[in-house]
Amino acid sequence: MSAPMLNLRGAWSIYRFEMARFKRTLWQSLATPILTTVLYFIVFGSAIGPRIGDIDAINYGAFIVPGLILLTVFTQSLNNASFGIYMPKFSGTIYEILSAPVSTAELVLAYVGAAATKSVLLGLIILATAQLFVDLNVGHPVWMLVYLVMVAFAFSLAGFIIGIWAEGFEALQFIPMLVVTPLTFLGGVFYSIDMLPETWQTVSLFNPIVYIVSGFRYFFFGSGDVSVWVSLAALGGFIGLCLAIVSYIVRTGHKLKS
Amino acid sequence: MAALLSIENLDKRYAGGLHALKSVDLAIERGEIFALLGPNGAGKTTLINVICGIVTPSSGRVLVDGHDTVRDFRITRRHTGLVPQELYTDMFETVWDTVSFSRGLFGLKPDPAHIERVLRDLSLWEKRDNAIMTLSGGMKRRVLIAKALAHEPKLLFLDEPTAGVDVELRRDMWRLIEKLRETGVTIVLTTHYIEEAERMADRVGVIRRGEIIVVDETASLMKKLGRKHLSLHLQETMTKLPASLDDWSLTLAEGGRRLDYSFAAEEEHACVPALLKRLQAEGIEFTNLNTRQSTLEEIFVELVHEEEDQQVEETS
Repeated sequence: MSAPMLNLRGAWSIYRFEMARFKRTLWQSLATPILTTVLYFIVFGSAIGPRIGDIDAINYGAFIVPGLILLTVFTQSLNNASFGIYMPKFSGTIYEILSAPVSTAELVLAYVGAAATKSVLLGLIILATAQLFVDLNVGHPVWMLVYLVMVAFAFSLAGFIIGIWAEGFEALQFIPMLVVTPLTFLGGVFYSIDMLPETWQTVSLFNPIVYIVSGFRYFFFGSGDVSVWVSLAALGGFIGLCLAIVSYIVRTGHKLKS
Repeated sequence: MAALLSIENLDKRYAGGLHALKSVDLAIERGEIFALLGPNGAGKTTLINVICGIVTPSSGRVLVDGHDTVRDFRITRRHTGLVPQELYTDMFETVWDTVSFSRGLFGLKPDPAHIERVLRDLSLWEKRDNAIMTLSGGMKRRVLIAKALAHEPKLLFLDEPTAGVDVELRRDMWRLIEKLRETGVTIVLTTHYIEEAERMADRVGVIRRGEIIVVDETASLMKKLGRKHLSLHLQETMTKLPASLDDWSLTLAEGGRRLDYSFAAEEEHACVPALLKRLQAEGIEFTNLNTRQSTLEEIFVELVHEEEDQQVEETS
């Protein structure tokens, strides 16, 4: 008897299963983030935006687009990945995944890959929706896409960790609602940190979301709150941290196997 | 030929301190049906979960077809199927999709013909497009079996497959198990219905408090540990047994109208003819006689209680 070194078909099956869940609830999956984004554009872009004026010579409506995309990508990546792994744990169907010839690394790849795919798709749909409201030219479209995929991957990894850690539905919502959303709102989605008083600018530099949003904005407009290299380093560091925790889960089967 | 499943000195102690498996040694031969019996919490499900990779062993090893289940997990799991005790299913999936998913999960190419065969064998074909949540409990149980058979395992674990199912479905399960055996699948089943084990299993193992206390062929176990009961309906009422019958542990019942004799099943040939001769010599006549052999259930209960009694004695 011999077996392949990898079970990519097994990982692909999990990935497809997760994407099928996305398709099954396609309208709910799309409607909420799109509606929310449209509301942001109406309120901040059309109603309040003209009174704010340009930021770094960028129309305010366009300025908020990268941040709004990331707002959705952060929450959707966290929610999809955490829910994806938590549900089999909750319903007991995890028994089949654990008894299959799928390594924990392949399992992570499948769940994180599916969650990241969904968020990237949503991010691109929001970008397309934004084009209906504002004139927008993406300066570095390829790098913007690469960066978007990296952000989706990072937050999906974080979501996977939350899903493993969570022991109830409340815990699943705890970090996205009470940590990530406030940090995102304070992370320069709707403003440049240069607009803040000096003290708050310094405080903002302790918010990792500032670096991630700034980097993404750079690939749209060629400028950001911090250097794009600092943003890339921050994002790389976050991915590294998540990978270290996930590799601990892979090695020990923490909260997956007893 | 080496055993298909070989468990060596397997130990499992959970983080909470529960010592669920204690140095378990067990070998399951190819093509056999093995019934693992034990009271609730004895360690049956833990043992199965360790073999299938769901629970990590504390020490010891498990070999499936000579391959270590930890080191060579891709090989061993590819050939192992599990039907869990609980009805764990994806409620929103269709029967066809969930069974096809299971095949892919185990790394096999899609094979609609095989999936169709499995669904037909389990009377699920007509329900293939139904969402699992619309099925009855018995049908969901069949879906779990179909999922476990989707990747054509050599070794199939059925953890209480007939728990909570109606008589008809239970008989269907028995037929299915027989059919699987004919195709060469080795089956390990746990069950609370001891008659099921008695009917299906080639061999029986009894586990109690994480220890395997007996493993034997079903027939041999019943012979070795079973008891036979002989009842003689006497022609005349007796008040006392003559001393010449002291060699047999006889008891008088029904006010002296019945003579009962209980003996080890394997001693049948040695003691019954001698007893009948002695009764004839004593002029004790009987009008009717009945014999009854203890069931596997009685043997199981006796074994489990015997162990409990021993433990009580040891601790007192």
